Amino acid sequence: MATYIIRRLLQMIPVFIFATMLIFAMVFSLPGDPIRALAGERAQSESVRQALIEEYNLDDPLPVQYGKYAAGLLRGDFGANFRGRPVSDIIKQRLPITARLAAVAFVFEVFLGVLAGILAGVRQRGFFDSLVLVSTLTVISIPIFVLGFLAQVTFGLKLGWFPVAGIKQGWISYLLPGMVLGSVSLAYVARLTRSSLIDNLGADYVRTATAKGLTRGRVVGVHAMRNSLIPVVTYLGIDLGALLGGAIVTETVFNIPGLGGAVFDGVVRQEGTTVVGITTFIILVYMFTTLLVDILYAVLDPRIRYD
Amino acid sequence: MTDLETLDSADQGAIEDEDLAAIREGSLGSDAWRELRRRPLFWICITIIAVLLAMAAFPQLFTSLDPEAQDQRNGLMFPSREHWFGTDLFGRDVYANVIYGARVSIVIAFVVTTFCAIIALIFGSLAGYYGGWIDSIISRITDVWFAIPGVLGSIVMLQMFETRNIATLSLALIVFSWTTMLRLTRSAVLAVKHADYIDSARALGATDFRIIWRHILPNALTPLLVYMAIFFGVVIAAEATLTFIGVGLQKPSISWGLIISDSRARIQTHPYLLLFPGAILSMAVFAFILLGDLLRDAFDPRQR
Amino acid sequence: MDPLLVVDDLHVEFRTDDGVVRAVNGLSYMVDRRETVAILGESGSGKSVSAQAIMGLIASPPGFITKGSVRFEGRELLTMAEDERRKVRGADIAMVFQDALSALNPVFSVGWQISEMFRKHRGASKKEAKKSAVELMELVEIPDATNRYRSFPHEFSGGMRQRVMIAMALALDPDVLIADEPTTALDVTVQAQVMQLLENVQAEFGMGLVLITHDLGVVAEQADRVVVMYAGRAMEKGTIDEIFDQPHHPYTEGLMNSIPRLDDLNERLNPIRGNPPDLLRIPSGCAFRPRCPYQQPDCAEVEPTLEFVGDSGRSTACHHWRDAFGE
Repeated sequence: MATYIIRRLLQMIPVFIFATMLIFAMVFSLPGDPIRALAGERAQSESVRQALIEEYNLDDPLPVQYGKYAAGLLRGDFGANFRGRPVSDIIKQRLPITARLAAVAFVFEVFLGVLAGILAGVRQRGFFDSLVLVSTLTVISIPIFVLGFLAQVTFGLKLGWFPVAGIKQGWISYLLPGMVLGSVSLAYVARLTRSSLIDNLGADYVRTATAKGLTRGRVVGVHAMRNSLIPVVTYLGIDLGALLGGAIVTETVFNIPGLGGAVFDGVVRQEGTTVVGITTFIILVYMFTTLLVDILYAVLDPRIRYD
Repeated sequence: MTDLETLDSADQGAIEDEDLAAIREGSLGSDAWRELRRRPLFWICITIIAVLLAMAAFPQLFTSLDPEAQDQRNGLMFPSREHWFGTDLFGRDVYANVIYGARVSIVIAFVVTTFCAIIALIFGSLAGYYGGWIDSIISRITDVWFAIPGVLGSIVMLQMFETRNIATLSLALIVFSWTTMLRLTRSAVLAVKHADYIDSARALGATDFRIIWRHILPNALTPLLVYMAIFFGVVIAAEATLTFIGVGLQKPSISWGLIISDSRARIQTHPYLLLFPGAILSMAVFAFILLGDLLRDAFDPRQR
Repeated sequence: MDPLLVVDDLHVEFRTDDGVVRAVNGLSYMVDRRETVAILGESGSGKSVSAQAIMGLIASPPGFITKGSVRFEGRELLTMAEDERRKVRGADIAMVFQDALSALNPVFSVGWQISEMFRKHRGASKKEAKKSAVELMELVEIPDATNRYRSFPHEFSGGMRQRVMIAMALALDPDVLIADEPTTALDVTVQAQVMQLLENVQAEFGMGLVLITHDLGVVAEQADRVVVMYAGRAMEKGTIDEIFDQPHHPYTEGLMNSIPRLDDLNERLNPIRGNPPDLLRIPSGCAFRPRCPYQQPDCAEVEPTLEFVGDSGRSTACHHWRDAFGE
């Protein structure tokens, strides 16, 4: 187990290097003027140009630029916006908000998703199964900004059950956006749980468990579920990483000042440095959770550990 | 068995080789086709997709109105007989805009899906078939890309372009979404690589290219095909999302993402501005994802 | 006293999109304590399905038991309430499956899976259950049982895994043990060890053993009586010596002739010509007719039933056994 973790950690290093290099390359070596890309209209101002050249070491050769950029990342330096505020500062302020939203979404998708998946899976081709299949497909098909607007208009404005936007009202403000954000993952979790359970219910060891004289509840709930949940937990882990990275669309629709909202604002205000900085952070969070999920996977599935 | 007989049958094997592959493929295909044909959902999917393609190719067939014609006096009109989906702030017909908006969605989805599939087919089959260092290099590169969430990567990349159009948007989507298809192709090729009929084709002296092209890919294609249908729908949604965020298409392009983004300020008073384009967009995505689901069920005998 | 296990005129079919697969068509046999009955047949002869029907493991739909009876100590199992039936499984009738790697749950330790029997059936505490499980593992000769308790199925060799399966089946001291191709997935040397183990535990526990196999060698060494199955029916029944020395059914004879003989290396193998029947379209009359060298016109019309040969209790389902094999 320890060797497995160490090996995964070591494998992570080149992925980290190349992934950050990729972002770096996109920003600084695409044809065109990086300063213009980072600063938009502000690029005309000489002081902005100077500041950016300073900040990103644009006078150095490319490899040196990358080295300084990567070293900065390791120190937690994600650049600064045009008023000189470090992006890491923005992240510190906005991450808790995103985390709260992610928590709501996550709880929602875990409970309802797994439950719906189990109920559909144990009675394959039953009424509930068809209902779950059709409704999840519908949810997956509606782009999240459409879903968000619909929820906002229906539950926020027309019915008045939830705050329409913003986070002024505390926890309750996070409920509706959280459910919208979690809905697509909920659909995937339900489908994954269902198909994984159906696969496992047909497995030989489930027949063995029945032959052992165990109750149906124990055969399905312990023997089949323990195996079925492996891919589901893996998916949930990766999804948690994605949720923590902020939901650009949901946060925008519901006016929630989290990480995703900050990326959107950066795009609108042409603050390239903020967009790149926060995105880099999000990618790092995502990579890190992927690593944790790999380890979790090995904990859950004894067959993986000794590969 | 005498030596003569052995020779004879080997010769026959060479001749029938292709026919056998065709028969095998044909029977799998025709099984799946029979399964699909009797499902009403399949025909619903096909109809929606056919209508969408017709909208993209010949929008004039669906509306005689000019989507860009402004008529300030008739702005923000609720749906009526003249304007089925109502009009926007500038009096433009929403229905005509939705019809004309199909083109970019379909074109981008087609370009992105095709390019990703080509990348996946070439490099996925190279990695799967040859293994060794070729596989290592291709797989490690895929890992790096896989570590970056697609939409975010696309945002950063699009942020760097001064002008954003169909080409840049497609490029950004291709760059950050080819990985899944490649992994799919690679593992499908790996799965059939050691089948007996591949070994016999090799023993009969077929070239690598021929083995991959004639024998491996036809059998590895099914999972890719299923994923391509789903992916097509996902790209339509991704295009609209990126455009909505503001890094996708820009005016004066006509795109579902832009129409919906414009409706934002007025959804409270004029919800139809969101409802109709949103419904059409969702239906398009739905049709392709459902088609993928149905194809998978039809090709996978376990589901029957 | 009632016989231990009686299977009477069992019919099992699977209703699929392509039609009705008639897997078992009127199988009857009985097993008593300390007795080994071998069910011999090719794949698709319905031997495994009949075992699963006895255990109540047939998924329905698509599987249906349309006719017949299975009685354990006089109690009818097929109409028993599910909760009662469940208590019979594992405790009174236990089963060992063919491929232990897929038949054992991959994510639980083998010890956990064995001790589960004690915890769930007997309400034993974790500690007691573990102690009993380790004892069982020692009984089936798994070396270093205390430490291996914690190991997972994939960490065992094929033979050791099959021993784990056997230990699990023996846990509650069942009266009947059904072993479905217990050694098919194993190497030849390991096969012999596992068969020996089964023989030993039967001697020790005194249960009735139903041995399902396609392997004549396994049958020859272990069985008291043999039921030869073909297309879901019993073709011939008798003691092991009767069946091996003097088959009274063309199919049994074909099986015997297809064994390679070490004492006569020049002799060619004589496989039975033709293929096993498609269970969707079982031939009319005698199911073996299309492959039978002795077939007569009436074989296509009337399905032969088992009739006694002599008075030893052996029986054969062939219209023309007298002509073909003599009295």
